[in-house]
Amino acid sequence: MAGTALRRRLTWQVATVAAVAEETASVRTIALDLPDWPGHLAGQHLDVRLTAEDGYRAERSYSIASAPGEAPAITVERLDDGEVSPYLTEELRRGDEIEVRGPIGGYFVWESANDSSPLLLVAGGSGIVPLRSILRHRDCSGSSLPARLLYSARSIADVIYRAELDDQGDGVTVIYTLTREQPPGWTGHSGRVDDALLAEVAWPARRQPLAFACGPTPFVETVAAGLVRLGYPPAAVKTERFGATGGH
Amino acid sequence: MELDGNAIAGLLNDVFSTEMTTAVGTCAACGAISQVAECVVYLNAPGTVVRCRNCLGTLMVITQIRSMNCVDLRGLAWLEARQDA
Repeated sequence: MAGTALRRRLTWQVATVAAVAEETASVRTIALDLPDWPGHLAGQHLDVRLTAEDGYRAERSYSIASAPGEAPAITVERLDDGEVSPYLTEELRRGDEIEVRGPIGGYFVWESANDSSPLLLVAGGSGIVPLRSILRHRDCSGSSLPARLLYSARSIADVIYRAELDDQGDGVTVIYTLTREQPPGWTGHSGRVDDALLAEVAWPARRQPLAFACGPTPFVETVAAGLVRLGYPPAAVKTERFGATGGH
Repeated sequence: MELDGNAIAGLLNDVFSTEMTTAVGTCAACGAISQVAECVVYLNAPGTVVRCRNCLGTLMVITQIRSMNCVDLRGLAWLEARQDA
């Protein structure tokens, strides 16, 4: 599996949009039909290339939202000043074709459903996307590995995959923190992720957890540094940063 | 925009024809050893600039000129792709 998913020269291929699903007001999931898809690992990306009528091309990398074994899907957040995401989130329809290549990346991946290290997943905003693939992979592979997801979103309306995350099975705990706006009666956490919140929700380092943190650059820096202060070895904290230009 | 090496997995595959985010590099300036995914990356700098997370020394610069990738690796003392990938 790793051989086909990693060690391979990438070529562009045409994907047909199989379905689009609105996740939030500015985020949608695009399921792709790719006959020659070699399969992917949880956490990998694919690149999307759009070509304008005048030949101008723009490429972006998006995390794959689906689990290994499922058809590839990406979840895209609309950036108002973006070149690619407005098209993907507003114009693209079922049956349309886009150019993609992948799967890409071998660092921010989780393969070992048989691992004994508990999983700590920390998401900022649309950084949830590759972590959702990991959770689905854990579920699809029948793993009973304990997993905790700490998910920081602006408001409850900005939580992507909320129904799925609220319906996790045994062994998965989802902890939200809402940074800008909390609904009436909110009993979850509020404000940005900091050392105190990490200390409260992260597995103790003595359990030798494996952590994946994905989100905007400052968010990931805070989380990674905080986990190291809690005693996590840096090598046990996998990080992926994205941003508004050419990001996910 | 400051990102990390995950963001250029596709570009590095163009250049090296293999998965490079798990490749291990040694900074020629400070000697820090890290996986490419962990390095600091600036897109559109212009060109793509990869810097050492320890000393911020420049490790790689990749620019596209007339559809050709121009690759400067002078900031790396060593770069080794995983053979088991």
